[in-house]
Amino acid sequence: MMWLKMGNHSFGTAIDLCDLGLDTIEETDEEFRIGAMVTLRQMETHTGLDAYSCGAIKAAFQDIVGVQFRNGATLGGSLWRRMGFSDIVTAFLAMDSYVELHEGGIVPLERFVNMPYDKDILVRLIVKKRPGAFAYQAVRKQRTDLPTINCMAAKVGDEYRVTVGARPGRAVLLRDDRGILADGITEASAAAFAEHAAESIRVSGNMWGSAEYRRALAPVLVRRALLALGEVR
Amino acid sequence: MEVKIKLNGKTVVDDIPADMLLIDFVRAHGCKSVKRGCETSACGLCTVMLDDVPVLSCSTLAARADGRSVCTLEGLQAEASEFVGFIADQGAEQCGFCNPGFVMNTIALLRENPDPTDDEILAYLSGNLCRCSGYVGQLRGIRAFLDEKHGKEVERG
Repeated sequence: MMWLKMGNHSFGTAIDLCDLGLDTIEETDEEFRIGAMVTLRQMETHTGLDAYSCGAIKAAFQDIVGVQFRNGATLGGSLWRRMGFSDIVTAFLAMDSYVELHEGGIVPLERFVNMPYDKDILVRLIVKKRPGAFAYQAVRKQRTDLPTINCMAAKVGDEYRVTVGARPGRAVLLRDDRGILADGITEASAAAFAEHAAESIRVSGNMWGSAEYRRALAPVLVRRALLALGEVR
Repeated sequence: MEVKIKLNGKTVVDDIPADMLLIDFVRAHGCKSVKRGCETSACGLCTVMLDDVPVLSCSTLAARADGRSVCTLEGLQAEASEFVGFIADQGAEQCGFCNPGFVMNTIALLRENPDPTDDEILAYLSGNLCRCSGYVGQLRGIRAFLDEKHGKEVERG
């Protein structure tokens, strides 16, 4: 609704999901099951998500416009659009996350992010509670603005995962395929991975920042997120 | 479509278009404190409580409020009167256009967190834009209210 009202698309049929009981976060020993109608504020203030994400979910969500906006904006609305500037996609992509689609079944978020739009319905997000640590970083011109660039660093099990979003394209997930972080996170390994990440991702310009600016920010943000991850762990 | 909404404690039944926004519904029922501002979900001017949760009425369908409770500043005068004088004392009411949204969200903040830090106040109210004050006046006013309130509570033991 937040975004629909600002466009001029016509829809022949709209399906309202609000009475399907998808407005709750279910937490089990294995996973979080977050319904499509759960608001951003519910996720931001959920104690289980906060504890599991080492505060990264709260850090990612707390500057999205204001409290009133986050009380209205939903997980489904945010994830389905797969918007490039999304803090939500960047944060959950670094976790072991899956979306449940009404027709398409359970799909890894990493795959879903690059799928074309279709007429399926996003039912919920599933986040596996694999042992991990997470740290979130973003650059905004000011609080409540869209991010100029954002980043999440994670260690899920034995795997390092780094996401970079607001490039301004959709968030991308990087793994430590070269073993740069194999001996752990140090100033040197974090800087080396940050340079590798900056070379690997494509950035471009828009009204929030030029390609050159983002190219300069990306390694700094990745390095900071990795160092913060080291401290969290 | 017919909706039944408890507006400021009074049940209202109305036949509305399916695409009617909540801001238009409450204003049509006399709640003129709710202002239309940015219309991009950014300014907080149109804040109302939907089942005691602050939401942007410019970005909420009235149909979404069917069977639920909606409160505007008209229905929260007593609660607002506790602290608005402190904000005015700081000269932070200025032109007054953003005030209803600010006051509504301050009520939501204080219900959720009765003893917020300055950072928590600024974070919670960051979705309310004011083009007059620079926000420091509102912060000082709310801080003065909280200091006096908690001072009195300490005095009472």
